[in-house]
Amino acid sequence: MKQHKKGLALWIGAVLLLLAGALMAGTSGRTESVQEAMRDAVLHNINQVSLLGLRAVNPGLISAFVVTAFLLAAAACIRVFAIPRFQYIPGKFQLLVEEAVGLFDRMAKSNSPHRFGFLGAYIFAAGAYIFVGTLFELLGLQAVTVHGHPVTLPAPLSDVNAAIAMGTLSYLVILSGGIAGNGPKGVGKTLKEFSLPISMSFRLFGALLSGLLVTELVYYFVSLSFILPVVVGVLFTLLHALVQAYVLTMLTALFYGEVSEVTHKPGRKG
Amino acid sequence: MPLNIDLQQILLHWMNLAILVGGLYFLLYKPVKQFMAKREEYYRSLDEQAAAKLSEAEKIKAEYQAKLDGADEEIRQSRTKAQQAVQKSAEDQLAQAQEQARQIVAHAQAEAEHSRERVLKESQRELRKLAAAATRKLAFQADPFDQFLDLAEGGAKYEDG
Repeated sequence: MKQHKKGLALWIGAVLLLLAGALMAGTSGRTESVQEAMRDAVLHNINQVSLLGLRAVNPGLISAFVVTAFLLAAAACIRVFAIPRFQYIPGKFQLLVEEAVGLFDRMAKSNSPHRFGFLGAYIFAAGAYIFVGTLFELLGLQAVTVHGHPVTLPAPLSDVNAAIAMGTLSYLVILSGGIAGNGPKGVGKTLKEFSLPISMSFRLFGALLSGLLVTELVYYFVSLSFILPVVVGVLFTLLHALVQAYVLTMLTALFYGEVSEVTHKPGRKG
Repeated sequence: MPLNIDLQQILLHWMNLAILVGGLYFLLYKPVKQFMAKREEYYRSLDEQAAAKLSEAEKIKAEYQAKLDGADEEIRQSRTKAQQAVQKSAEDQLAQAQEQARQIVAHAQAEAEHSRERVLKESQRELRKLAAAATRKLAFQADPFDQFLDLAEGGAKYEDG
């Protein structure tokens, strides 16, 4: 009981000390106003990062590469260390991996029962990318801009270019399903949904950007940086990650199934 | 471009996504699916084996049931045969007993007849002896006519007495 009280007192003391330190330290002179910070969070035209010295790119692209590298490294580790040890009666980790793969496989099969091989692989990768990419912003990894200022790497999909790439690539995947299922007719069926790439891209961009803007706003003011980020930063981001991953993969699977379904001409009555 | 849309960066994102899709497919999605398919196949084969064994057991059970039914029929036939044999044996014994009884009766009748004949012969012989003795007495003791009369009277007395 005494030990518990001691621990509690230490914890409260540490929190109060950190709070006092943060308030006393103040800000080291802002380089940009809140308006500029918000504008840059949307457009990324000021705080750009150098891509291996080749050209200046949005920090979202660096985030995308980091997320991809992390996902591939994790997949390689699982492939090398975990999969050869898989058992017929799975453990907790095996169950998690199987459920992640099985979830997207079942989604592909249920939405496009006639053609689901490639679709399952694509929505698995897209879902993992959106989920991990959205959670990535919680890490708060720093990069240095071309102007020498530090910048926190955002979620990849809060960059409009990444959202457009994701939306258009998904549309191309749907188009490929249409061609594979129905040939030139499938192209027509897919092109009928011409608004799809735009809606997919900007839905993702809007959803991710809104989270980013709220987080930027909260962190801009030191007085808002206590307790509130737990809700705004962590819970909202987790919710975002789940919802956006589900929405994009579900829409892709749905439209893929629709356009790749083989249409049969009604036979002539003789 | 408005909104800082940059085609080059979009293409870089595409390349990034293509690498990710391919990498995740070969490193994770395909092997896990293969493992799941292998496990499904294993359990399906177990299920099929169990079904086959069950079917075989059902067949053996049916065979044994048929054998049991056959044994019941065999037992019933054996019982009928045994009952028939017992009945026949009883009938034989009865017939034999009747034959023996008949023989005994016949033997007894023959013996009785024989005894009667023997008694009759003995009586006739006695009568002859008596007649000879009487003749002898009549001839050698007195007037034969008187003796005869005396004997005759004596015989009547003997019959009355």
